[in-house]
Amino acid sequence: MALTDQASLGSQADVLPDLPQTIIRKTTGLAALQLDQVWAFRELLYFLVWRDVKVRYKQTALGVLWIVLQPLIMLGLYYVIFGILLQVPSNGVPYPAFAFAALVPWTYFAGALGRASISLVEGAQLVTKVYFPRLLVPLSAVLAGLVDFAIAFVVLIVVLLTYQIVPGVEILLLPVFLMFAIFTALGFSLWLAALNVHYRDIKHLVPFIVQTWWFATPVMYATNIFPENFRWVLALNPMTGVVEGFRWALLGAEYPGAQLPLYLYGISVAISLIVLISGMFFFRSTERTFADIV
Amino acid sequence: MSSMAVNVDRLGKKFEIGAARSSNDTLRDAIVSGIKAPFRRLQGTQDSNTNDFWALRDINFDVAHGEVVGLVGRNGAGKSTLLKILSRITEPTEGRAVINGRIGSLLEVGTGFHPELTGRENIFLNGAILGMRRTEITRKFDEIVAFAEIEKFLDTPVKRYSSGMYVRLAFAVAAHLEPEILLVDEVLAVGDAAFQKKCLGKMSDVAGEGRTVLFVSHNMTAVQSLCHRAVWLDGGGVREIGTAQKIVQGYLQTAAVSTAEQVWDDPETAPGNDKVTLQSVRVIPQNGVAFDDLNVNTPLDLQFAFYNKQPDVELNFSIIVHNLEDVCIMNVVSPAKRYDAGLVTGVCHIPPGLLNDATYRVRLLVVQDTSVALLDAPDILMFEVKDVEREGNWYGKWPGAVRPNLEWTVTYRE
Repeated sequence: MALTDQASLGSQADVLPDLPQTIIRKTTGLAALQLDQVWAFRELLYFLVWRDVKVRYKQTALGVLWIVLQPLIMLGLYYVIFGILLQVPSNGVPYPAFAFAALVPWTYFAGALGRASISLVEGAQLVTKVYFPRLLVPLSAVLAGLVDFAIAFVVLIVVLLTYQIVPGVEILLLPVFLMFAIFTALGFSLWLAALNVHYRDIKHLVPFIVQTWWFATPVMYATNIFPENFRWVLALNPMTGVVEGFRWALLGAEYPGAQLPLYLYGISVAISLIVLISGMFFFRSTERTFADIV
Repeated sequence: MSSMAVNVDRLGKKFEIGAARSSNDTLRDAIVSGIKAPFRRLQGTQDSNTNDFWALRDINFDVAHGEVVGLVGRNGAGKSTLLKILSRITEPTEGRAVINGRIGSLLEVGTGFHPELTGRENIFLNGAILGMRRTEITRKFDEIVAFAEIEKFLDTPVKRYSSGMYVRLAFAVAAHLEPEILLVDEVLAVGDAAFQKKCLGKMSDVAGEGRTVLFVSHNMTAVQSLCHRAVWLDGGGVREIGTAQKIVQGYLQTAAVSTAEQVWDDPETAPGNDKVTLQSVRVIPQNGVAFDDLNVNTPLDLQFAFYNKQPDVELNFSIIVHNLEDVCIMNVVSPAKRYDAGLVTGVCHIPPGLLNDATYRVRLLVVQDTSVALLDAPDILMFEVKDVEREGNWYGKWPGAVRPNLEWTVTYRE
């Protein structure tokens, strides 16, 4: 027994306003980025970030305290090993301040990369049941780490102040370096997350990548312990630009003669952008098969 | 161009099943097979593979604005794949579909629900996932809570909910979606009878509001009462389109046709691929009972034979039995053993006093290394188990998916 009779349906169709039209067909070739779609789904992005943050600290006894304690404990360890035992030079800045200024953005980056690169597989339930731009999945994982970063950053400022280091006007450029930390984390995550859908090897590879990367990034040491004509090799790692940028922005006045020359920043920034943009295209062009494979 | 809400035109979807993928899907193999065309490979535009499987092919139909259309068919007929394509979760391999209007799809209740979050938090999260705006969720919040009947537990994490509460909340959020075109997969199969009734009521409200609904269900009563028309999918194609009444009747009739045996003389047309090809399947009642007289006390054998074309492979078999309501009665799995190329014959012995009186459908899986399904053959056999004259004074339908003879221990003290 039909609930509405067919006659009334016909007349209804005539008075319908213009409706959005969706054409579904196989897409081929390099996919358009469709960043407008990401923007259209910004509320979902907000909720995904919100969920990540909320869930992470539910049912943990210490809650937010973890975000404060973890980097401080790491800093203590690094200080003892690198600052006191190994006497790593820190360009005249107290070693804890020197190391922490780089450790905070690094910790953000490592966490974001680790979470975002497995995010698609972890979020398989969502990906196979609802439509939304898949880019939101790694993007929300990368953005969720910013809450931890903000708290760690407050701790960082406190540490600096205890060493009587007051950041100068250079700090105004700090958001730019943070932005490049986000770009770098997102760019690499897009490649890794898309590959992880096809090859679960990636999941096992990521901790190893992060570990190796940490040694290749001047977090515990300064770029200028390398001979001058080799420093460009370090700058090929976009995180070099980020952590040295953080040091410059925070310790600027206290950190003479140790800054990275501008062209090295240029290399870091260029590589970060190349990885991000290629990552977005790669992600988009493999996105169409995620739901079938994941 | 047309005033149709949904226009499906020669839609098809191809999958590469099991073996084809497993041979390529380790990083090492991918690197070995060359980094020549990583983009092409990942897009799935591989050379036409022998293990291709068309889940859907040449599907054509229209849905008018305001029409409620049911999709019926057996498991594996392609209903869910079709809904996934229309909701843009997966892409078609060929053909196209044009949809005029905002699409909302509900393929599962509670998608994205997080057990650690409270009911209140999950309403917002799930609403956003289903495509509602935050203002829309806020506006309907009280209505959703009332519908789900969970007022007292709003601020309790949903992991502490009973399964009934969980499903009620999930459905309540979904039921308040207001797109012009709603795609609904088998979601009414959850919850208790009273809540199902409420959901059906809500669905018919939706239908009454003149919204377009495409509705997959195994509940033929629901299809008949809610839908104007129905599309009957069978083996990945459209078998028939017509009034809901007519399609449901036709579907129920064929669904009950028994298949005691199937033999494929020609391996070319037999179900299978380059690894495994079916040769025959049979239901063999024991003790000399005729197939048509099979009853709950008859032991029976489910026999299958297939050609294994790979040397030295580890195989095992899975026989999955469904009833006509599509409830899975059991999944019987054989131990794994190594086989060389040749004809493999297997028998699964079903003891008397296990199955209830009902009609059963049999699906066979051949699995390699206990992980990769080489062959998945649904509905290869169908048989009816009859009731017997029972002792005692009660002759009603025996409830239960199975009717096992189990041991009892009863003690008595004066």
